[in-house]
Amino acid sequence: MTGKIVLNRRIIPDAHFYEMIIYAPAAAKRAMAGQFIMIKCGGDTALRRPISICVADGPTLRICYEVRGKGTAYMTDMPEGGTLDFIGPIGNGFHYKPNRRALLVGGGIGIYPLISIGVKYKKAVSALLGFRSASLIHYIDVFKSYGIPADVITDDGSSGRRGFVTELLRESLQKGEGDMVYTCGPVQMMAAVAAICEQFGVECEVSMEERMGCGVGACTACVCRTLFTEEGVQRETYKRVCIDGPVFDAREIKWK
Amino acid sequence: MEIRPDNTTDMTVEIAGVRLRNPVITASGTCGYGKEYTPYYMPDKIGAVTVKALTLEPREGNPTPRIAETPSGVLNAIGLQNPGVRYFIKNELPGLKKLNAVVIANIAGATVEEYCAVAEILSETAVDMFEINISCPNVKEGGVAFGTDPRMVERITAQVKRFSSKPVIIKLSPNVTDITVTAKAAEAGGADALSLINTLIGMRFDLNKYRPLLANGTGGLSGPAIFPVALRMVWQTRAAVSLPIIGMGGIATADDAAEMMIAGADAVAVGTAAFMNPRAPVEIAAGLEAFCEKKGHKCVRELSGAAFGLI
Ligand SMILES: Cc1cc2nc3c(=O)[nH]c(=O)nc-3n(C[C@H](O)[C@H](O)[C@H](O)COP(=O)(O)OP(=O)(O)OC[C@H]3O[C@@H](n4cnc5c(N)ncnc54)[C@H](O)[C@@H]3O)c2cc1C
Ligand SMILES: Cc1cc2nc3c(=O)[nH]c(=O)nc-3n(C[C@H](O)[C@H](O)[C@H](O)COP(=O)(O)O)c2cc1C
Ligand code: FES
Repeated sequence: MTGKIVLNRRIIPDAHFYEMIIYAPAAAKRAMAGQFIMIKCGGDTALRRPISICVADGPTLRICYEVRGKGTAYMTDMPEGGTLDFIGPIGNGFHYKPNRRALLVGGGIGIYPLISIGVKYKKAVSALLGFRSASLIHYIDVFKSYGIPADVITDDGSSGRRGFVTELLRESLQKGEGDMVYTCGPVQMMAAVAAICEQFGVECEVSMEERMGCGVGACTACVCRTLFTEEGVQRETYKRVCIDGPVFDAREIKWK
Repeated sequence: MEIRPDNTTDMTVEIAGVRLRNPVITASGTCGYGKEYTPYYMPDKIGAVTVKALTLEPREGNPTPRIAETPSGVLNAIGLQNPGVRYFIKNELPGLKKLNAVVIANIAGATVEEYCAVAEILSETAVDMFEINISCPNVKEGGVAFGTDPRMVERITAQVKRFSSKPVIIKLSPNVTDITVTAKAAEAGGADALSLINTLIGMRFDLNKYRPLLANGTGGLSGPAIFPVALRMVWQTRAAVSLPIIGMGGIATADDAAEMMIAGADAVAVGTAAFMNPRAPVEIAAGLEAFCEKKGHKCVRELSGAAFGLI
């Protein structure tokens, strides 16, 4: 599948975060919250790169990416007006739960896909976002433009409040500010978020990350450890992040 | 032979008595059980589907990360994750057969007995051929440990043949000094065909953690990076044995497939290329037909071993 790159630009000067808007009406129409696409980056890359759909807006897809290595570096060179070759939308995304109040808990590049589920909640949603330091804070305005107010915390306290996003979550849940949690970010953060939700008896969905081969469920490269109960006994099995996920019920995940 | 309009190329090939619509096969482990790619093409548009390795009991496979990228290549250490042969027969095979696929079952095991047991069970099914995977580099038992010892290759081939009612393809490992030695051992054991190459053992390291990138440490290298090695080994094997050869390793375009056939392959398999282009197997089949037309071949079989001037 291909789309036309409408915009591809750096978001903030202090880090290599980029946003891209792709005109791809068929994909945008099909896209569900929390799904991702696999991007062909070119050069001598042999694998596509999985990138979450930040939000599907009319005929366009918005994605955001951080330059980490070869493939994402190639992506920064893709010209506006040019073509993006991608597979997708792929996977099981976030589930919208009517009549609930959603809390979106995100860290680093994990913040982006949360917008796609946040918009479904109209006003009944707020985001709790963690960044390493103040100069890395970004996209708060985009969350706002989609009607999602955001609270921010930084690891080093340079934004005012110091600490981890899990503290914000604990406070919100104590105040009864939400009864459905969606989270995406570093795995340790998601594990901590899941534990807090368990403690408060609040449902939580997590978006997992794993290195991928095919992106269509064929190679079993992308598996994560999950739990299930069979005849009253808890067992473990591998599930594929690409098509069984990337979003799972937090209680299903066996954290490393 | 079927009747065709005069101007089309005969794309059919025959491997050990099984007729394929065209010489392009999907490589084991890269196309699941066939149905995963049906949004991109139907399996009756290609020669055959080789399913992921099957073992007697379900296997969990290795911890993650299981995959890493290298320049024009991929390292994998999946470790033969599969739901077991009985699950495959009940839940995957009927669907695949309904789609009119020619099905090659890739068989793996920790012992000779396990290979034989899986072959025996599959002999009662609609599977068309067996591919014996004695070359998986990512498991401790069986796999490449069997595939690099010529005496073991001959023994396992002979044993599996006794329990098989289907043609047996032996899949050779490239992780040997001289591939003609194991190729001849498989021939001596009674193999009906050979397929090569499986992946080359390799590694990558994480520059932050100072540890191997793959949880398994080592993995198997595939993709365009290994294409010249695969060509060389098919060429050597063609000269050494008279069995049909399924050539694979890094094929990404129709030209690559043609080159592989010219080097001596009777059919080709496409694996890693599908990760970048899910339609690669069908596009390569179509491109190979165009190649034959352009070169004036009435029949794709004319390409096989053409570099030897044998036909
Ligand atoms: C479902 C999913 C959604 C994602 N969404 C986003 C997103 O919205 N924005 C964003 O910036 N990043 C996202 N990522 C992470 C992103 O895929 C990696 O950062 C990216 O693949 C790195 O590629 P590279 O070429 O820059 O790095 P390289 O180091 O050159 O990549 C080498 C190989 O490793 C893989 N790889 C490396 N790091 C990761 C990783 N963390 N996760 C998965 N594969 C990796 C690459 O895909 C490639 O196959 C997502 C990952 C997954 C699994
Ligand atoms: C992810 C992955 C999984 C594989 N699993 C198997 C397997 O189960 N059995 C097997 O015989 N070969 C397996 N292979 C090897 C391929 O079938 C093929 O021999 C090899 O990848 C070379 O071809 P390619 O470069 O076209 O991929 C696997 C390869 C990859 C990349
Ligand atoms: S990436 Fe191949 S199964 Fe998920």
